[in-house]
Amino acid sequence: MSQLRDALAEGRFAVTGEVGPPKGTHVEPVLEEAERHLKESVLAVNVTELQTAVMRAGSLAVCRLLIERGIEPVYQVVCRDRNRLALQSDLLSAAVLGIENVLLLTGDHVRMGDHPQAKPVYDIDSVHLLQAAAVLESGRDMVGGDLDGTPTFFKGCVAAPGAEPMDPQILKLVKKAEAGAQFVQTQAVYDPARFEQFAAEVEAAGIDVPVLVGIVLLKSAGMARYMNNNVPGVQVPDAILQRLADTPKADRKKVSAEIAGDLIRRMKPLCRGAHLMTLGWDDVVPDVLAHADLA
Amino acid sequence: MIILKQKDFGEILQAMQDEDKIFLAGCADCAAACKVGGEEELDAMEQRLPEAGKTVTGKYVFDTACLSGAVRDGAKQHADEIEAADAILVLACGTGVQCIGDRLDEKQVHPGAESLFVGETKALGRYEEKCSLCNECLLEMTDGICPVTRCSKGLLNGPCGGYTEDGKCEVDPDKDCAWLLIYERLKARGHLDKIAAIQPPHDYSGHHHPRAYRWPKPERPGKKKPQEDPA
Repeated sequence: MSQLRDALAEGRFAVTGEVGPPKGTHVEPVLEEAERHLKESVLAVNVTELQTAVMRAGSLAVCRLLIERGIEPVYQVVCRDRNRLALQSDLLSAAVLGIENVLLLTGDHVRMGDHPQAKPVYDIDSVHLLQAAAVLESGRDMVGGDLDGTPTFFKGCVAAPGAEPMDPQILKLVKKAEAGAQFVQTQAVYDPARFEQFAAEVEAAGIDVPVLVGIVLLKSAGMARYMNNNVPGVQVPDAILQRLADTPKADRKKVSAEIAGDLIRRMKPLCRGAHLMTLGWDDVVPDVLAHADLA
Repeated sequence: MIILKQKDFGEILQAMQDEDKIFLAGCADCAAACKVGGEEELDAMEQRLPEAGKTVTGKYVFDTACLSGAVRDGAKQHADEIEAADAILVLACGTGVQCIGDRLDEKQVHPGAESLFVGETKALGRYEEKCSLCNECLLEMTDGICPVTRCSKGLLNGPCGGYTEDGKCEVDPDKDCAWLLIYERLKARGHLDKIAAIQPPHDYSGHHHPRAYRWPKPERPGKKKPQEDPA
């Protein structure tokens, strides 16, 4: 039973949030934040897995702890750190723990993180992982072996609408849809015109999978500049950058929420939901949704 | 060819600290081409080692240090010099070191080079990896650009989201995104259909170390399988 699946099936605009497990065992603050600020405002909460290849506590454990607090998780699974045996096993473990939503990703390269000495695995890619999850749902594993007990997943994938050129992204998304993707959460988008083009390409390619537009809260002009310079496919327009630069520090949360809310409101007609990446500013989520006319 | 670089001289000396008499072995193939273990480099090592208190008993650039027969023949020619040495410093790839070390297993061998990868020589001193020897060649699908090797993540079904506007990989801005190269080449040739279908996961069952390969045995005359009955 996935509220996210139900909402999208019923045509409701679906909003998801995101938390990152701690680097260490001190998990309580993350759970409290999610309970206080996300539980009532979003349908489900993604739990990142070793995001940006930085070693930290695992997604699976935090997903289960969210369920125990009445919050629906989205288990993020990356191909970087384990082979096909372990990936299938962790998907079964997720099902055993009552986790249905999974977001299946390739994963940032170890060179981007804090253990660049590690061996990157990438035994299979994100398309294969979607196929693997789908085959597990059919009661078999990747090599046709029978399962004793069959999982059910709501399978998500990612896309980068801002990546230039866009065509290869669409080609990959077509394959992900074919492999069984049931929802898409995108990389951060700040340019509605670009997203409109992406939505048109998705439709033209015959991809019939609901897309949740990704929004990373912009905490400062410096952060926006950093993303422009360092994150491929993310372009914060000058107008937004200027607005952040002109905002006194005390008002930044408020303005950040307004910017995110405005973006969602403008892109709402082009997509089926929004995925909010707050980077710790979970308390602004109700504000964002109010500005997006979703409260 | 195998791309090599010579180990740091201090590291080589450290490894040989308990030995005084050294025989130098090179290789006329990859190691010579990479200027790591040819005549010139063995000469330089012969000059340098005495400054560190070592005696060079002899030196030889094997025709091919990874060819058992060549190592056997070369070792025979230099048997006395090898015999006189405490150890052999091999300025060749890891296969060469082992081929020599296994053949002369009473002698300590020291690797004098790092084996980097199998690569293309763009120019002398500039090498790039193009093939990972993966046992399941995909170059037909991509019109000749290997995603297993040239994509940082070895992806088989298209790019991740991490390519920059100028076609570079976010993992290393000096490297091209292999999937953009593939996409552009196939598009220009009207071959995009080649990557339209999902490419299944790589089969690593033929990739377990240590790999070995033998030519299939030819069928012996007179032992042919019976012909199918034409009726």
